[in-house]
Amino acid sequence: MLRFTDENLTPAQLTSFVMQPIVRAAGLIKTYADSPMPAVDGIDFEVQERQCFGFLGPNGAGKTTTMRMVSCRARRSGGVLEVMGLDPSRDQRRIKEHIGVVPQETNLDTVIRVGENLFAHARYFGIPKKEARSRALEALKFVQLEDRSEWDVEHLSGGMKRRLLIARALINRPQMLILDEPTTGLDPQARHLVWDRLRELKRQGVTLVITTHYMEEAAQLCDRLVVMHQGKILVEGSPRELIRDHVAPEVVELTATDQPELARLVVGVADRAADHEVAGDRLILHVDDGEAMLRTVNDSGLGYETAAFRPASLEDVFLKLTGRTLEE
Amino acid sequence: MSIRGPGSLPPGVTFTSVWRWPRPSFRMAYRMWERNLLSYSHRWHINLVPNFFEPFFYLLAIGFGLGKFVETIKGVDYARYIAPGLAAVSGMYGASFEVSWNVFFKLHFAKLYDAVTVTPIDPEDVVVGEMMWGITRSLMYSLPFVLISAFFGLVHSWWVLLTPVAGAAVGLCFSVMGLTFSSLIPTSDFFSFYWTLFLVPMFLFSSIFFPIDSMPGWAQSLAWFSPLFHSAALFRELFGTFGTNIVAALGHFVWLLGLSAILWPVPQNIFRQRLVT
Repeated sequence: MLRFTDENLTPAQLTSFVMQPIVRAAGLIKTYADSPMPAVDGIDFEVQERQCFGFLGPNGAGKTTTMRMVSCRARRSGGVLEVMGLDPSRDQRRIKEHIGVVPQETNLDTVIRVGENLFAHARYFGIPKKEARSRALEALKFVQLEDRSEWDVEHLSGGMKRRLLIARALINRPQMLILDEPTTGLDPQARHLVWDRLRELKRQGVTLVITTHYMEEAAQLCDRLVVMHQGKILVEGSPRELIRDHVAPEVVELTATDQPELARLVVGVADRAADHEVAGDRLILHVDDGEAMLRTVNDSGLGYETAAFRPASLEDVFLKLTGRTLEE
Repeated sequence: MSIRGPGSLPPGVTFTSVWRWPRPSFRMAYRMWERNLLSYSHRWHINLVPNFFEPFFYLLAIGFGLGKFVETIKGVDYARYIAPGLAAVSGMYGASFEVSWNVFFKLHFAKLYDAVTVTPIDPEDVVVGEMMWGITRSLMYSLPFVLISAFFGLVHSWWVLLTPVAGAAVGLCFSVMGLTFSSLIPTSDFFSFYWTLFLVPMFLFSSIFFPIDSMPGWAQSLAWFSPLFHSAALFRELFGTFGTNIVAALGHFVWLLGLSAILWPVPQNIFRQRLVT
């Protein structure tokens, strides 16, 4: 039993004792034999218990590979990786006993029914039959699919399948849930329902590790996140910290009717902003005060098509760090 | 229909990595087996019935139809001669169907094993579970044959009570071979090679329809390498077709287990490298 009043421990020791990370990676590397570039190139991170930890990055950044290593489905090529204090390359059965995995690709068992998917998954964990049935029902209720238990999996919509995958990952009551792009391809209603369920899990004390390329998702769910790019971690922090540290607080976006007009805008006002970018027909100005910037633009008499200002978002951080070009 | 797998073997597959001795957990393998039973439970009534009709028609057409012209082989009725061989054949096909297309589909297309291996079940356990299920399906085919044969009076020894054990060895041997093949091939098209160049020739030249004595010497030696030859011979001893030589039966039994033991590590290691990248 932990005694917080123990006078022999300094506050720092106490913190380190209580905040035992559930995942710890140091210099973690993954190379595949068929590729010259490492998929994961020496990353360090720690996921604390009860946290929602996000991996943000464009496709091919190494997020999924990292998730696979944490969930014992890819062997690391170098560095240190500890999950719940155990080594995934040796104690995989014990680790897998206590984690839940929601894969990016839907891999439900299509020859058995919806409820049976959960029952079968519970049995993979060796949960007794009676208990497995009650847990299957409980998990279906949690994702609001209790009336679909007897359905064929193929008859579910994309959003329902995704919820069923989450229900399946919860069947062993995991300490940590690993979600690889949990809402990719879902409509807004389905996405919000998934987010709502994930927040509920967090309240219940489940550690969440998610990968996403939706900034809104990361901002909504994550306590801490890292931005990954080409196998490396570029920055780490809370969503708020990342916005504060890497971009100016407000963004003004101007669109021009043609390229000469755009060029005139760049020459005329870009140096008044903390930072600026040109993307297609848009001039994006990172500024401290958006309203003041708009006044400046209007006072200058330069022409433009539309103008808008908004607070800086995680997306701005993301694009600034990983660039606007497609990496595929 | 052709189902494409990843195109080739996973990188890192070498001779030594393939033959490394695996350490599966039978407790975990049982859980994989149980899932197959659950999925089968939805369609057993449509699946099991044909298993009884097939031997019935075979015996009727070949045993009693063709048998009218062949009359006797080494002094026994033709139907009595082919019954144990056909029981072995149905055991061979029962296991082979299960661990070829079905397993390939589950591995590459349904991604079932990806879902299973996030639980405490490891790839090695998946393979052993599929072997156990292959044995189960094999017995679902061969044992009805034994029953139908007994019904037609083609069984002449109480040793026949050991056919479930013999049938399990047959099922194991063909499951291990089929899983080895399934784990190696890049597309499901390759199964036609397995069928036409391996199973069908065995079916025709493993003393099922005629004794191998009638073949040239080299072909007889070749037959000794056929798992189906040993399966059929084992069933023939237990049926008491020419009396029962239990030492010979044991020899065939050990041969089947021996081949299974040799190939045993291959599919387990390849599956591990396919599923844990």
